[in-house]
Amino acid sequence: MATQKEATGALDTIPRLLARNAAAYGQRPAYREKEFGIWQCWSWAEAEEEIRALALGFLVLGVDEGDYIAVIGRNRPALYWSMVAAQMVGAIPVPLYQDAVAEEMAYVLEHCGARFVVCGDQEQVDKVIEVQDRVHCIEHVMYQDKRGMRKYDHTHLNWLHDIQVEGRAAQTRLAHELEARLAKQAYDDTCVMLYTSGTTGKPKGVVLSNRNIIETSRASSEFDDLSEKDSVLAYLPMAWVGDFIFSIGQAYWTGFCVNCPESPETMMTDLREIGPTYFFAPPRIFETMLTSVMIRMEDAGALKKRMFDHFMEHARRVGPAILDGKPVSGTDRLKYRLGDLLVYGPLKNTLGLTNIRVGYTAGEAIGPEIFDFYRSLGINLKQLYGQTEASVFITQQPDGEVRADTVGVPSPGVEVKIDDTGEVYYRSPGTFVEYYKNAESTAKTKDPEGWVATGDAGFFEEGTGHLRIIDRAKDVGKMADGSLFAPKYVENKLKFYPNILEAVVFGADREMCTAFINIDLTAVGNWAERNNIAYASYQELAGHPKVLEMIQSHVEETNKSVAEDPMLSGCQVHRFLVLHKELDADDGELTRTRKVRRNIIAEKFNDLVEALYDGSDSVYTETEVTYEDGRKGKIKATLKISDAAVVPVKPQKVAAE
Amino acid sequence: MLDSGEGYITPDGRQIGGVMMEMKNITLRFGGVVAIKDISFDIREGEIRAIIGPNGAGKSSMLNVINGFYHPQEGEVWFRGEKRPAMRPYEVAELGIARTFQNIALFKGMSTLDNIMTGRMTLMRANILEQALWWGRAQREETEHREKVEKIIDFLEIQHIRKTPVGRLPYGLQKRVELGRALAAEPKLLLLDEPMAGMNVEEKEDMCRFVLDVNDEFGTTIALIEHDMGVVMDIADRVVVMDYGKKIGDGTPDEVRNNPEVIDAYLGVSHD
Repeated sequence: MATQKEATGALDTIPRLLARNAAAYGQRPAYREKEFGIWQCWSWAEAEEEIRALALGFLVLGVDEGDYIAVIGRNRPALYWSMVAAQMVGAIPVPLYQDAVAEEMAYVLEHCGARFVVCGDQEQVDKVIEVQDRVHCIEHVMYQDKRGMRKYDHTHLNWLHDIQVEGRAAQTRLAHELEARLAKQAYDDTCVMLYTSGTTGKPKGVVLSNRNIIETSRASSEFDDLSEKDSVLAYLPMAWVGDFIFSIGQAYWTGFCVNCPESPETMMTDLREIGPTYFFAPPRIFETMLTSVMIRMEDAGALKKRMFDHFMEHARRVGPAILDGKPVSGTDRLKYRLGDLLVYGPLKNTLGLTNIRVGYTAGEAIGPEIFDFYRSLGINLKQLYGQTEASVFITQQPDGEVRADTVGVPSPGVEVKIDDTGEVYYRSPGTFVEYYKNAESTAKTKDPEGWVATGDAGFFEEGTGHLRIIDRAKDVGKMADGSLFAPKYVENKLKFYPNILEAVVFGADREMCTAFINIDLTAVGNWAERNNIAYASYQELAGHPKVLEMIQSHVEETNKSVAEDPMLSGCQVHRFLVLHKELDADDGELTRTRKVRRNIIAEKFNDLVEALYDGSDSVYTETEVTYEDGRKGKIKATLKISDAAVVPVKPQKVAAE
Repeated sequence: MLDSGEGYITPDGRQIGGVMMEMKNITLRFGGVVAIKDISFDIREGEIRAIIGPNGAGKSSMLNVINGFYHPQEGEVWFRGEKRPAMRPYEVAELGIARTFQNIALFKGMSTLDNIMTGRMTLMRANILEQALWWGRAQREETEHREKVEKIIDFLEIQHIRKTPVGRLPYGLQKRVELGRALAAEPKLLLLDEPMAGMNVEEKEDMCRFVLDVNDEFGTTIALIEHDMGVVMDIADRVVVMDYGKKIGDGTPDEVRNNPEVIDAYLGVSHD
């Protein structure tokens, strides 16, 4: 088997990998999906038969080489099969975000000129029909779930199952054509086209070749020793490059099993039932899981609670070291073993993480406590850094070198460099071919030598060679004394405190950094309740002296941790205030995806920013707000400005505490 | 539109069959109170039939008559061409008539799955001994019934609450579970007593879709009582309007909407 894996020559397309898997792992599970309360399973041999039938069906329907086939829906085997079947007939699959509004969908369908669309269910079909009068390229729409579809006009609408039936019937007639098309495919042909979600401007179609996908899948599978015995839960959007790499690229390269949940709501239950060995989740999911554990422990009996607290304390101390294979004393090991029996084991089982061999998180910064919680339980959670244009992987953390504050070392085969402004560039076999029909953007992002700008600023840590991402490159600036100013780096550290919902740090071209803080009403409200602090409104709670005290301690803790970093120690927050209103997308202060709009806030709260820098200890302000029904009103408040202790910056004066 | 006994075609193209149930001159009294006075109407195969009317019009009483819970003093109930003798509710259930209740009547401590399973009671053949020992027919049957129940769970999109005790569920979901239990009996005629009551707009839209889908997928005939005129006019094929125990209108939503008596009843003209 090992020799087969190395012979990339013969395994240079997804359909060829499928054929290899059907031959080598024929009886092993390829896909599972929970339906009607039972896990249905397809072996690689069965999956190949299904996909082949679908591909023949596509031929019957008239799919040509080079056509684009859009795929919209939640993660289900049949939709993955549609993508591979499209590749078999020489078409290019284009998975779309199923929650996209009709407008975005219309743009993407039009842009790639999709002749065929495969939908999950009625909801998606309705959306496609809605945009069809604007998008004229669509010839046939297919759907998997028959429910509610009976009354539709079926002249250009097909049940996916019927497509397969027709394909099987046409086997003798079209098998030759299919083989001919399969034989023609080459390593540098397009494998898939993925649209980037497009936070700025229109979405761009990222063209990834077979080489991109297969090289990346091979390298990353070897990096983590993935094998056909692994399994994943496919629950992240199919249009996202990560899902394509995990659920198709790596799955086909190594032959592991892809499990599809019953419905989006049952994901946690399904996770527990499957117990995957390889798992990816954005920080948000890990956070939610941790919160639910903590809430349930609050309600647990006294004995259980004490046991949990005691052993978790121990795990936090020695767990990560044991996981990294560092020396730990025998008694600690023994106690950890006991804890595993009594607490960690059952807990991991409840979360569905018992079998995890490799877990990844990426996308945004993860709170160190959250990260350490999972690692202390013995779950090998790591971080990676990547983007669609790189076929995911740019850097990742090798086993034994895992930390919350870095994103790891360059992935195998990837070159990374930092330019003078601090922006991160990479070049790799996974680097995308081009943006579809957008030569201008392609040229702007990828230089002739193949280096791609990430738009993120970062630096390599001395000694370890780990990359640390500090901020979006365009947000990074300089302070008055020339030292680096990375607001998001500090804001993220502040936001790791559950009591702080949002933070906005100022300091570009100034002598010192200052911050606006937004408290988290749920967390602080809960805390107030427990401490008998009465309050009538958000504004009152935000201005409470006890709350200010608590926030001040958080800011000072953050300063200590920022000061540890010689490059960024200038970014410590000297003065801060707690805002009297929650930053809101309706008031234009946040984007719809809840990202802080720095310039607008600075402009709107100009008086407050001035007060932070002119040394006054309180400031009176009036702010216009928009209520949910669109009416406008004014909030008046006098805000207290607090000074936070900072750690002396110059390395020669290390605080001797 | 209703000239022949052979049914009609709805504006959206569904074929409605012949008469399934016919109420002939029903009068129901509680002591001196006349709840229903001389009402006749029919329900046809495959139809969504609504009964509307202001509070106290006698809508729920009507449903209880169909259901066999009340026995009218006068009038006849005909079901599939035969006059139905006075029956107990469970006998009516065995005829293939299932219902949901205005105030949810689920087993609060039992899971969604078990609640829906109880809906299959009338279809279970194993005797009490077999059930107790989980032997012979009981074992075979359980698998079969579970399969049917899972199809309903899938249909109503309640997989995520399969094992949750229904008492812990929000109101809208409980209503859906109750619909599931009624569906589990594989009814020919499904009676829904205010399925949308107390729901927010989104829950109402969901429920409407399920009612339409039940009718479409399983071909189940549906009779429903509803307060929300918008809902009724959207999904019903024909509507009976009741007021003070009397029938004041009967026809398609459009006909009913333009019926002066109905307008009076809803706009509140004084009764003398």
